Amino acid sequence: MTAIAPYRSPVTPGRDGFAQLLRAEWTKFRTVRGWVVGILVAVLLTVGIGLTGSSGCGFNSNGTGACPAAPTGPGGAAVTDRFYFVHQPLTGDGTVTARVTSLTGVYSPSGYTGAPQTGPGALKGYRSGVQPWAKAGIMIKASTGQGTAYAALLVTGANGVRMQDDYTGDIAGLPGPVSAAAPRWLRLVRSGNSVSGYDSLNGTRWSLVGTVTLSGLPRTAQAGPFTASPSSMVLTQSLGTVATTGAAPTIATAAFDHVALSGAGGAWTGTSVGGGAARPGGGNANVNGPGNAAEPFNGGFRPSGTAGFTVRGSGDIAPNVPEAADGSGTSPTQVLDIGTFLGLIAMVVVGASFITAEYRRGLIRTTLTAAPHRTRVLAAKALVIAAVTFAAGLAATGVTLLLDVARAGSAIPPLTALTEVRMIVGTAALLAVASVLALALGVLARRGIAAVSAAIVVIVLPFLLAYIPGSLSTGAQDWLLRIFPAAGFAVSQAFPAYHQVVAPYQPNMGYFPLAPWVGFLVLCAWAAVAFAAAAYRLGRRDA
Amino acid sequence: MEATIELTGLRKRFGPAQALNGMTFTVGPGQVTGFVGPNGAGKSTTMRIILGLDAADAGSALVGGQPYRALRHPLSRIGALLDAAALQPGRTARNHLLWLAHSQGLGAKRADTVLELAGLASVAKRKTGGFSLGMRQRLGIAAALLGDPPVLMLDEPFNGMDPDGIVWMRGFLRGLAAEGRAVLVSSHLMSELEDTADHLVVVGRGQVIADASVAELIAAASGDRVQLRTPARAEAIKALANAGARVAATGPGVLTISNLSSERTVAALTAAAIPFTEVTAHRATLEEAYMELTRDAVEFRAGARS
Repeated sequence: MTAIAPYRSPVTPGRDGFAQLLRAEWTKFRTVRGWVVGILVAVLLTVGIGLTGSSGCGFNSNGTGACPAAPTGPGGAAVTDRFYFVHQPLTGDGTVTARVTSLTGVYSPSGYTGAPQTGPGALKGYRSGVQPWAKAGIMIKASTGQGTAYAALLVTGANGVRMQDDYTGDIAGLPGPVSAAAPRWLRLVRSGNSVSGYDSLNGTRWSLVGTVTLSGLPRTAQAGPFTASPSSMVLTQSLGTVATTGAAPTIATAAFDHVALSGAGGAWTGTSVGGGAARPGGGNANVNGPGNAAEPFNGGFRPSGTAGFTVRGSGDIAPNVPEAADGSGTSPTQVLDIGTFLGLIAMVVVGASFITAEYRRGLIRTTLTAAPHRTRVLAAKALVIAAVTFAAGLAATGVTLLLDVARAGSAIPPLTALTEVRMIVGTAALLAVASVLALALGVLARRGIAAVSAAIVVIVLPFLLAYIPGSLSTGAQDWLLRIFPAAGFAVSQAFPAYHQVVAPYQPNMGYFPLAPWVGFLVLCAWAAVAFAAAAYRLGRRDA
Repeated sequence: MEATIELTGLRKRFGPAQALNGMTFTVGPGQVTGFVGPNGAGKSTTMRIILGLDAADAGSALVGGQPYRALRHPLSRIGALLDAAALQPGRTARNHLLWLAHSQGLGAKRADTVLELAGLASVAKRKTGGFSLGMRQRLGIAAALLGDPPVLMLDEPFNGMDPDGIVWMRGFLRGLAAEGRAVLVSSHLMSELEDTADHLVVVGRGQVIADASVAELIAAASGDRVQLRTPARAEAIKALANAGARVAATGPGVLTISNLSSERTVAALTAAAIPFTEVTAHRATLEEAYMELTRDAVEFRAGARS
C-alpha cells in the first residue's frame, strides 16, 4: 500500500478553556425553547401572583379604606408610637425618678374590635388582665411627636423591668411583676446625649440597667411617667386556612409615686402621644376616678397623694411589626413568597432538566466528548443555570416588590433601601442556588422524573408544610425552615421579628426562624453538598 | 503519531459480563479500518473507552499518543459518531453544531461549513426531532468533522441509511482516508464494509480475532478450499474423507472441500473412479471470511472453557 501522509488540518484550533464551556452551555440553554419558556413562565408566575396579592391595614384601619401611615423612628424604620405620657420639660442634664406600685389592665378576650362599649363605671365586654408587654415607667423623649428619640425605664406586665430606647433597644432589668408589696423604683439620668437607667427595690440600693446614647435628643426634652398597653392578638388557625388574627384594644393603669424631676417645678401635662383621632372613642381627657373608663383608649392621668399619679394608657412604643395588633399594614414578604414559590417550582424543573434531558437522549456523551473535564462541564452548566435564574429572579422579584410597595402605599410600612435590595437580590439568589441544587440532583438521579421528584421533596415540600398553617406544629414548621433548603426563603423577610412585640411570627406571615443570610447559607450548604456529590458521581461514572 | 488510535490490552467488566478481554489494535492514517464483530463483541465499549466516556479496568487507549481526557480541544484531534439519535429534539441542526463549535472555541462559520459538507445545508434551521435516521447520521458526521480532526471514529454509520446514503457515505469515508486521516468504522455487517475498508479488525467476545488488510483476509479465508461438482455425491464424500479432507455439501451436486488441495482431490477421485464435472479453487467473499473467523472464535472459546 502506498504510504499517505497523515492529515494536517488547515483549521486553526480555537481557544480551549472554561469560557468556551460557559459559552457552549449558554448556547445549549438558549436554543431549547422549552427552557426559555419555562424561565419566562417562572417570571410571569412570580410577578402575576405577587401583584394579585392584597394588603390590608390591620387593626389600625380608620375605616375610610386608607391605611394610616406608620411613623418612622430615628433609624428610618417604621415604628409604633402611641401611649399616654405625663411630662414636663427637662433642660440639659438631669434625673427623673419614680416608684411604680401597680400595673393592671383590661382586655377583650373575644378579639372584639368594634367601638368600645363603655358605660359609667364599667367596660362592657372586657375582662381584667394585664398584657405581658404592657408598659409603665419613666421616659425622656425628644418631644411628644411620634417617632422621636427616647429612652425609657419601665415595668412590664410579665417581662420584668426593661430599659428601652429608640423603639428597638431592649435591656432586661429586675425580674418579676410589680405590686404594692413589691414596688419598683426607676431612675433615668441624662448626661449629654447618653441616658442611664437604674432600678431598685427600695429606693436606696440602685443598680445600673443600661446606658444608651440617643442621637437627636434636643437640649430641652420631655420627661415624666408614661403608660402603654399593646392591643391583644387573638390567633385562630386551622389546617389549610391562613391564620387569621383578631386584634382587640387593651388598657393598662399604673400607679406612680415619689415622682421627682430634677430642676423642674412646672406643671405636669398629659399628652396622648400619637393622638386619638384615628382611634375608636377618640378624645383626650384626664382620668377622673378609679374605674372611670369614659375615654379608655387615649388614656389619661390623675394626681394621687404626694408626687403621685395614676396613669392610664393604651397603645405601644415599639418597633412597627406590621402583623402585630398595633402594627400597620402587611408585610410585603407574604405577597412575594407565594409568587416566588411558584416561580421556584418552574425554575427547579428547568434546572433539573438542563441535565436530565442530556441523559435521556444520550447527549451527555456528546457533551463529555467535547469537554472531557467533567467537573468543569458541571460547573459551567451550574453557572449558566444560576446566571439565567438569577437574572430572571432579579427582574421578577424587583418588579413585584417595587410595584407592590408602590401600589400598597402606606399599607406597607416603609422599607429601607438596604432591606429592599436584600429582599430582591436575596430572592433572586435563592432561585439561582435552588436551580443549581436541582441541577445537581439531576446529575445524581439522571432521570427527569426522579430528579424533579427529588427536588420537589427536598425544596418545595418542606416549604409547603411550613407555610400551610396547622399542617404541622409550629415547632416542627420552624425546624423545617431551619434545616431544609426552604430556609433560604428567610432572605425575603421584610421586617425583623422583635421579642418585645407580640405578633404571629409565622412563615405565612412572612417571618422565618433564621436570620436572612443564615437561612440563605443553609440553602447554599445543601447546594454545595449536592454539587460535590454530583461532581464526584459524574467523574466516576461511565457515561 | 497524530493520526492514530492505539489500544493496548483493554479490559472491561460490566457486572458478570467480561465485555473486553485484552482488546489490542492500532488504527493507522490514510486508510479506512473496518471494526467488525457480532453484536456484543465489545465494539461500542471499545469506542466509549477511546473517548474517555467509560473507564477501562486495565490497558490503555491513546488518541494521537495521548489519553482522551488529556486532550485539548479534543474535537480537533478525533471526531466521533457514537449514537446519531443523541440529539435534543427541540434544537435545530445548526444550533446543535453551534454549541459544539462554541465548546471548542470555534465559530458559527465552521458549523455552516460542516453542514455543507454533510449535505444538510437545506435543513440547517429545522429541529432535529423531525429528522430521519439517515439525516441524523449525516448530522453526526457533520459534528465529527467540526474540529477537522485527523482521526475519525464512526459507530455503525450505515444504520438507517437509504441506498443513496450508503453510496454517499462510502465515497465520503474513502475521501477522508485519502486525505490522510485515520478512519475507524464499526459494523456488525461485513457486507457494509466491502469496497470501503482497506483494513479490518475483526473482534469477538471482547478481543481481536483478526487484524489484517482486506486482501490478506480474503486470501486466508479462501485457503485451500476446493469446489467440486459431481453426480456421485455420497461416494465422493466417502472417498475424500478417507483421503483426510473435510467435506461439506454446499449445493445440489456441489461439495466444498477443505484440508485437501485440488491436485490431491482430483487424484483421490480418480483413484476411486468417481465421476466429476468440475474442480475449482474456491474464492471466499469477505462475508464468508468474516463468518469463518467469528465461528472459529466461538469454537475456540467453547473449547477453552471445557
